[in-house]
Amino acid sequence: MKRWIAFWNILLKDMRAYYLKPPNVSWGLIFPLAWTGMFFIKSGRGIESVLSLLPGVIAISILFGTTSMLSVTVTFEKKGRSFDRLLLAPIPVWLLMLAKTAGAILFGMANAFVPVILALFLGDLSRVDWALALPAVLMIAVVSTFLGLFVAVSVSEVFEAQTFSNFFRFPMIFLCGLFFPVDALPLFLRPLSYLLPLTYGVDILHGAIYGRNMMSLGVDFLAIAIFCVALFYFSLRNLYKKWII
Amino acid sequence: MSMTQGRSPFIETAELTKRFGAITAVDNMSFKVDQGEFFGFLGPNGAGKTTTINLLTGLARPDSGTIRIAGFECTNDTKAAQHLIGVVPDESNLYPELSGFDNLCFCAALYGMPKKVRRTRARELLEVFGLSEAADRKFAGYSKGMKRKLTIAAGIIHDPPVLFLDEPTTGIDVAGARSIRQLIKDLHRAGTTIFLTTHYIEEAERLCDRIAFIVRGRIVGADTVENLLRPAQGRHVMLATVSRSDQLLREKLAAAFPDCALQDLSGGRFRIESAEPIRIGMLVRFFEEHDVELLEARHIHPSLEDVFVRITGIEADLMKKEKEKTGGGT
Repeated sequence: MKRWIAFWNILLKDMRAYYLKPPNVSWGLIFPLAWTGMFFIKSGRGIESVLSLLPGVIAISILFGTTSMLSVTVTFEKKGRSFDRLLLAPIPVWLLMLAKTAGAILFGMANAFVPVILALFLGDLSRVDWALALPAVLMIAVVSTFLGLFVAVSVSEVFEAQTFSNFFRFPMIFLCGLFFPVDALPLFLRPLSYLLPLTYGVDILHGAIYGRNMMSLGVDFLAIAIFCVALFYFSLRNLYKKWII
Repeated sequence: MSMTQGRSPFIETAELTKRFGAITAVDNMSFKVDQGEFFGFLGPNGAGKTTTINLLTGLARPDSGTIRIAGFECTNDTKAAQHLIGVVPDESNLYPELSGFDNLCFCAALYGMPKKVRRTRARELLEVFGLSEAADRKFAGYSKGMKRKLTIAAGIIHDPPVLFLDEPTTGIDVAGARSIRQLIKDLHRAGTTIFLTTHYIEEAERLCDRIAFIVRGRIVGADTVENLLRPAQGRHVMLATVSRSDQLLREKLAAAFPDCALQDLSGGRFRIESAEPIRIGMLVRFFEEHDVELLEARHIHPSLEDVFVRITGIEADLMKKEKEKTGGGT
């Protein structure tokens, strides 16, 4: 019980201190809108084509929203030494890191719904399988957050976290089937796609929105779950190795 | 060096060692702190004081040696004892965007305290620390002294039996430091075991039951203030300041006063110590003969500072200035 009091209050504190601040709320709104607009203009098609961009825009909104926040809530606090206060608390480090990432997961999920709400006005979403789309959004938010965590605990400066994040984020835009199908990629690039967690999340979203996915849903969920566990495990290992020296 | 007394040890380390590359920050350190004791770590910048606190509180891992706190084996994992520990780091590291009250409530929540209890405790501590009026102000807007006070309040929000204080008064004005010392004294009087690191000799002398002198990661002397001062009692000490000093002059001075222990301090100052009274006339004559102007010569009563200088070879003033310049710990 005591542990969960700590968990809940870390999450609430981060929400108040970071996620609900006007710059982040506006980032969460404007960023997905900008991506939607950009790809819509690029497609040169009619308004009905917005729906075809939805899986990619949802995924990219979650990816950038979560990974950007982790460098602030973790790296910045470590730099300012307020993170030491959390490490000194009598709660296990895994629970502490879950509390620190829970806010980013929720923020990422909230980001995902900005393009969804926009799409409600521009297209017909009646055929979307929400029972599949919602777990997909959750899984993408979790895996992206843990990727952000992995980056955040691997560096010591906020700018390093942003740079290191881009090393993963930008290739993912092109390699994970967000806007270009993985099948359409040159053969030598395809193995890379399958090494990136977003490929599996976007595949589930394609299944939920169009009813067409490359791999079986079981493989997608299993792969993304493995990525989540591995990224969280290696993040904790890095934290023990680099921060509790 | 091992230090023991009759009471049960609350903190106990054995042959604790921590290296950072080629530098040994904590070198084979063994000590015990009894329950209810006020224990001080006194040493210059880079001596290993903060590293020792980090090792004891779980923010660093030792390369070798053991740590026990309140009977818990904490060498590799301090989690089991963390509910018993309060830590006040050398930097006030609370959350700048939260108010004083919210900071305390948040820190209390980290220890699992229920909402009602933590709100009451936060208000109580704000009152005790004289910060009630600033309770709703953001921490970022606090003065340095207020920040230190709130950081100490955050360290004791869960009423820990042991409190680690790392340089609690560094960079604080005289009145602020005085009030913080009084608060620490009151905590100790209320039964809290206190582990203090400081570079202020007078602070350690005034507050601590026992003091350990730490230099380059090693404890070079440790005892009660009374016992530390004992060998110095009955000794005669003179502090002489001259217009110039060099190696040759030092050698000649040592030869002229063979029964005295001579220490060359910076800025043309010599510390001369003897079992017999030092005759100032002989000293004046010596410097005249060597064409050196004696600017000042005064007898001083052996103090803890003298004991510190004698044991560590470090000049206390230099240590203080260096620390205030850097403002941090190691």
